[in-house]
Amino acid sequence: MSTTFDPIQRINDGFEQFKINEFNKDPDYYRQLAQKQQPKFLMFACSDSRVSPTNILNLRPGEAFMARNIANLVPVSNKERYSDIGAIIEYAVETLNVEVILVIGHSRCGGIERLLALPDDETSYDFLDDWVSVAEPAKQRVIAENPDASGEELQTLVEKASVLDSLKNLLSYPYVQSGIEANTLQLLGGYYDFVRGNFQILETVTV
Amino acid sequence: MALRLQASTEGVALVQETTETTPKLINDSSDSFTEMKNRFLSFKKHKYLENLERYQELAQAQAPKFLVISCADSRVCPSYILGFQPGEAFVVRNVANLVPPFENGPCETNAALEFSVTTLEVENILVTGHSCCGGIRALMSMEDEENSSSFIKNWVVVGKAAKSSTKATASNLSFDQQCKHCEKESINNSLLNLLTYPWVEERVAKGLLSLHGGYYNFVDCTYEKWTLDYQKSNPKQETGGYAIKNREFWS
Repeated sequence: MSTTFDPIQRINDGFEQFKINEFNKDPDYYRQLAQKQQPKFLMFACSDSRVSPTNILNLRPGEAFMARNIANLVPVSNKERYSDIGAIIEYAVETLNVEVILVIGHSRCGGIERLLALPDDETSYDFLDDWVSVAEPAKQRVIAENPDASGEELQTLVEKASVLDSLKNLLSYPYVQSGIEANTLQLLGGYYDFVRGNFQILETVTV
Repeated sequence: MALRLQASTEGVALVQETTETTPKLINDSSDSFTEMKNRFLSFKKHKYLENLERYQELAQAQAPKFLVISCADSRVCPSYILGFQPGEAFVVRNVANLVPPFENGPCETNAALEFSVTTLEVENILVTGHSCCGGIRALMSMEDEENSSSFIKNWVVVGKAAKSSTKATASNLSFDQQCKHCEKESINNSLLNLLTYPWVEERVAKGLLSLHGGYYNFVDCTYEKWTLDYQKSNPKQETGGYAIKNREFWS
C-alpha cells in the first residue's frame, strides 16, 4: 500500500471544491435538483478511470442518468441474468422519461482486450469473462469481416462494433422500442479515442 | 409536470402516462449532437491539450487508486461531487449503488469488482450512496416475496438485508426516514457483500485494500464517510456484524 497517498484526504478535498465552487454558487439550481431529477440522457460508459462522461462531455449534475460497467455493454433484455442493466434502463425510460440513450465506447478498453484474449487456457476470471462475453457476437462478426486485422486495429473494430450491438440490444427492451416508435426516445452510439483525443458519433437510432 | 414530479419523488412505480401529459417530442437530433460536440471540444481544448503529457501517459495505462461504486442517479456523479479526474477512479454505477454477494453469480458489478481488484489492484473501494434514492425507495416499498415483472424490483432485492435491518430498528420512524436509514444500511450491506469475494477479503485481511462507505446528502450538501474496520467485523455472524472506524462528516 502506498504510504504517501491519503485516499480520505483526496475525496475530502474533492468534495470541498465541489461545495465551494459549484453547489454554493448556484443554490437555486441544486435546491431544484434535490426535489427531482429530469435528466435528458441515459448514458452507458465504461468503468475505465479515463473515460468519465462527466469529464469529457462536461456534464453538470442533473444532466445524465449514468450507467458505468466494464466495456459499456448493454446485453439483450434478460430479467434473470441482467436485472442490474434492465433496472437502469427501466428507471431511466419509464420513470425519468429520458430523451436520449447514449452508449460511449472507447479506445484501449481492457474489457474488450480481455474478450479478445478468450478462450484463455491459463487464467480465468469467472465474473469478468462471463460479463465480457456479452460482446462475443461483435467479436465474431468483426473477425469474420476482417480476417487480416490484428492487435490494436482489431481491438478498435471490436470496441466500435460492440457499441453498435449495444444499441441493437437496447431495442430488445420493450419500452425502448416503443419510445423510439413514439419519437420520444433516440439512441446514439459514440466512441472516445483518448489516444488521438477525438470523439465520434458512430450511429443514431430514431423513428 | 405534476405527474412527473410525483413519479420522481415516489421513486419507482411504473409511470402510467395520462392523457393530459404530452410526451416530449425530439424534433431535431442535431441539437444533441451540437451540444455534445461543443462540450467535447471544450474538454479537448481546456483539459486534454493543456495536460497533454498526463493524458498521453494515461493512454498507455491506468492505475486508479479507487474503485467507486455509485448510484446511476444524475445528481451524484463521483467525478463531479468528489472531483475525480481522469485516471483516478474506476467507477461502477448502478441503481442504488448495490453490490450483490458472491453467491449470486456473475453480473456487471462483480465483473468490474474482479477486474479492478485483481488486475488494476486498486487500494480502496468506496461504496457511495445518497439521499432520496429511488432504488432504495423501491426496495422499501415493495412487498416481500414479491414475484415481479419489474427489472427494478428484481435488482433492488439485492439490498433486502438492509431493508430487514431497517424494519427491525427503525419501524417507528416515518417512511421517508426509514428510506434514509436504509440508504445508509444498504451501503454497509454492500461493504459486507464485498467481503464475500475471496480475492477481496484476502487483500483486506493483508491491509492491501480498504473498504469505505460514503453518503452524499444533496439536500444540504454534506458528505459522510466511514471505513470498514475489518479486524473488528464478523460478516459470518447471522446478523452480519460489522464495525466501522474513522467516521467523518463534511459540511
